[in-house]
Formats: sequence, structure tokens, C-alpha cells
Amino acid sequence: MLLLAFDTSTPAITVALHDGSGVLASSTVVDARRHGELLAPGIEAVLAEVGRSPADLTSIVVGVGPGPFTGLRVGVVTARTLGAVLGIEVYGICSLDAVAWASGLDAAFAVVTDARRREVYWATYSDFRVRDGVAAVGRPQAVAGVLGDRPVIGPGAGVYPFVDARTTVLSAAALAELAAYRLTTGGELLSPSPLYLRRPDATPPGERKRVLA
Amino acid sequence: MTAASADGPLVLGIETSCDETGVGIVRGTTLLADAVASSVAEHERFGGVVPEVASRAHLEAMVPMIERACAEAGVRLVDVDALAVTAGPGLAGALLVGDAAAKALALALGKPLYGVNHLAAHVAVDQLEHGLLPEPTLALLVSGGHSSLLLVPDVTSDVRQLGQTMDDAAGEAFDKVARVLGLGFPGGPYVDRAAREGDAASIAFPRGLTGPRDMAGEHRFDFSFSGLKSAVARWVEQRERDGETVPVPDVAAAFQEAVVDVLTRKAVLAAQEAGVDHLVLGGGVAANSRLRVLAQERCDAAGIRLRVPRPGLCTDNGAMVAALGAELVRRGRTPSALDHAADSSMPVTQVLA
Ligand SMILES: [Zn+2]
Repeated sequence: MLLLAFDTSTPAITVALHDGSGVLASSTVVDARRHGELLAPGIEAVLAEVGRSPADLTSIVVGVGPGPFTGLRVGVVTARTLGAVLGIEVYGICSLDAVAWASGLDAAFAVVTDARRREVYWATYSDFRVRDGVAAVGRPQAVAGVLGDRPVIGPGAGVYPFVDARTTVLSAAALAELAAYRLTTGGELLSPSPLYLRRPDATPPGERKRVLA
Repeated sequence: MTAASADGPLVLGIETSCDETGVGIVRGTTLLADAVASSVAEHERFGGVVPEVASRAHLEAMVPMIERACAEAGVRLVDVDALAVTAGPGLAGALLVGDAAAKALALALGKPLYGVNHLAAHVAVDQLEHGLLPEPTLALLVSGGHSSLLLVPDVTSDVRQLGQTMDDAAGEAFDKVARVLGLGFPGGPYVDRAAREGDAASIAFPRGLTGPRDMAGEHRFDFSFSGLKSAVARWVEQRERDGETVPVPDVAAAFQEAVVDVLTRKAVLAAQEAGVDHLVLGGGVAANSRLRVLAQERCDAAGIRLRVPRPGLCTDNGAMVAALGAELVRRGRTPSALDHAADSSMPVTQVLA
């Protein structure tokens, strides 16, 4: 097995390879404006590092967010296209789950990422393997009220005033481990479609504007 | 060299700069497939393209269009010699979807990738219809996003801008006038149809940037459609205020004539000044029936050969990107790097990212 995992739902462009027993190579660059530039070279680099080619891949897993739209789509369209060309399975995993997995925490906590426009994406967990409900988007103050003094981890943790905030970077190595775990234990694997959680900003125009005074 | 490669490189091109998800496949100057999915219906009620709506639609349409193009062309992806993709200009989020897909293809197939300029691709597409471009060629590109007059000594490396719109693109003016007249979106085809029943000489609408001072100065090949659009709106409102019915066909015809008159007049003048005897028309507005007729008349009178691709190749599509890609391969140009950036404001003078 050679699983390729990547995520572009946060400012990180992160890629990893997993052979079923462990992570073989990984690469993470944090640059919120260069997902489109850095993802493909990142994939090329991790493959080169272990002397493998795209044709050796057996499956792909992509973090499907939630995340700000533009960067998130880079990962999803890359996963879908690679899957179609190589004829291999493509799975989606909620990106927040990868952050939770990496924490290894055994008690209740929350994962928060920056949704921009003064909002956060968030979900609560019973432990690093188990999400309580579905991910949501909301105002940090309101979310903080719900979370109380529970530890809050993730790339968005330090951006807003949560009580016990621990900033972490989303890593595809964790995403790959989680995917390998779920592939063998039968956990949640989604289709590679973005969790947008917000509608596009658009309103139909009102009545025609008059030009005469 | 095999018989197949003697006919030119097999190139797959991807276009996602606005609201069409296009995947085209060409071999040299031969069109093999042109798969296009449009999200235009989703934008209709907003009266213009909503970038996020377009980007979401690109993501959903991308793999299906790649598969449809391969099926249409009867080729396998592994047989493709090179990939090409619109790297700009266009809507940033929309460009990024196509650019990332093209990079994934290039990576998985181990083939070179050309990130190309959308405007140069509008010019190069004519090679699929009329063979290799004469050099130099003059190009008039008019659509909802662009109104450009280009001098093209070499579409793979040397594109020069002679003129552009100072405000609205021509297609935008069509959209806005269609709205004023209660016609549909996008406005071009509706105005064109209404105008056929109207009298273009019945109302004298202004021709922007065509006064003697303009034509002697640095803006003589530039366009301005904003004043025209407002003049149409004022004229219609005045009628409505006076309680009179608006003669929609006449307004449409007179407006269209004003746009088309300026475009063709300046294009022919630019060709004469530059000593170029070929003019290529491109962009969505090139499908306008009156523009085609008047451009032909004026080119004939001036001894200029007019090249207009069929309407389906004038609007945004992947075949135009593939056509430019094939020409870049033929000329031995260096492919783009895998980490090239999609550039929403890519200058027209830059052919390759
Ligand atoms: Zn265009």
C-alpha cells in the first residue's frame, strides 16, 4: 500500500506518504497564499524522497475542510484529478479530525481553525479519535462560550481569545495515519467534496438603478 | 518520427478563468475535442458572474470534462504529449481550480505543462479553424471580460497591446443594456436578436473615444463603453417618464451599432497603421452577428483578410488553450514550472507563466 495524503484547508500546504505501517515522508509549508503553487511540487518532493512515482500510489486521502474556499479547492481538485488519472480510490476526511488525531489527547477538547471574516470552524472531541458531532462555523465569542475551559487546539486556536488555546499546525502525516487507521478499522471516510459550511456571498440585484436624477 | 507526431503534438488544454469549465484536446492545429460545462445559468439571477459560484462549479465539472474530452477525442490521457492551462488573467479562485487540476495531470502523467495567457489563447484558437496564423496578425478580442486590440508578431512569445477598454468591457455593456431593456443575461445574444427587428439609425448614441482629439492622441486605439451605456439608460428612462413605450428593437440596434462601429473602425485603422493585413476576431462578442458583418465589410474595403473562428471557439473553451499549447510545443518554448502561480491580472504581453 502507498497512500498519499494532503490538506490545503488551512494556511499549511501539507503532504505525506504512508505505506500501511507508517509515514514514509512528509512535507509541510505554511503559506496561506500559495496553495496552488506549492501543493503539486510538495507531492512530487515526497515521492522523490522515497524513490517512488505517482503510478505506485494505491489510494489518496484529502482533507476536505472545513476551510476557506479557495485554498481548500486546490487540494480537493488535485485529489480528484490524480485519482481519475491513476485510477485509484480517493477519500475525504474532515480536516479537523487530523488535528485531533495529532494531539493524542485522551480527554474532551475542541479543534478550531480560522474561517476568516472573524469566524472559526470548530468541532468538539471526546478524545483524539472521536468527534462528538459535525464541524460548524461560528463567531469566536459564541464558540468560546460553548467550549468553556476545554483545551482548544488547532491552527485557529491562538487567533482568538480561547481560555486554554494551543496553536498547532495541521500535518498530513497525522492525516495519513488517521486514514490508514480508518481504512483498517472502518472509520468515517467521506467523498472528496469540500465541507464549505457557508453559502457563496451573493445577492440578486435589486431594482434597476436609475441614472436620471 | 511517427505518423501521429508528424501531425503535431497531442495537447490537452484546461480553461477556468470565468464561468466556463473547458477541456479541449488538439493535435497540432486539428481540433479533436472541446468539452465545455457552463455555470452561466447559476449566475443569471445575479445579473453577473459570482466568483464563488463559478469556482464551486469548476470543481464539480473538472474531472467530468476531462473524461468527456478524452472520450470525444478517442484518446487516452497517457498518450497526451503536453498539458496547457489558463494561468491568467481571470477570476483568481476560478483560475486556481483549473491550474491545480492541470498540475495534477502533469504530475501524474510526467508531461510538460504550459500555463498560458487567456488572451493569447483567444488568438491562437483560430489556428484550429484557418491554419497557422500569419505573422504579424492583428487581433480584436471582445467579451464580457475583455476588449483588447493586440498586435501579434508571434502568439507564443510576442503579443503587444495597442488598445484596451478604459472602463467597461464591451460584453459588460451588452449585459447592462440588456438589463435596462428587460432582456436576459448574458446580454449579448438577447441584444443581437432584438436588434434584428430594429433600426440602428433611429437613435444616435455616442461613440466613446472617437473624437478628433481622441483619435490623434494616445487613446486612439482604446475603448470606452461606460458613457454609451449611461446614454442608453438615460434615453430609456426619459421615454418611460414621458409615458411612452420603449422601442426595444431600435434601442438594441442603435446601441449595438455604436459598439460595433467603434470596434471595427479602430481595428481597421490599427491594422492599416501597423501595416498588418490579417485581423482575427475573438471573444464571446465575436459571435455578434452585426460585428461579423460590419468587420467583414470594413476589412474587405481596406484589403484586410478577416479570420473569425466559429462562435463556439470564440467563447471561452479549453480548445483555445490546447491550441496555444500545441503552438508552444511546435515552437519549442520552455514549459512552465510546476510551481508557477495562477495570476488573475496576468499582463497581456506575458504569454507564459
Ligand atoms: Zn475570454
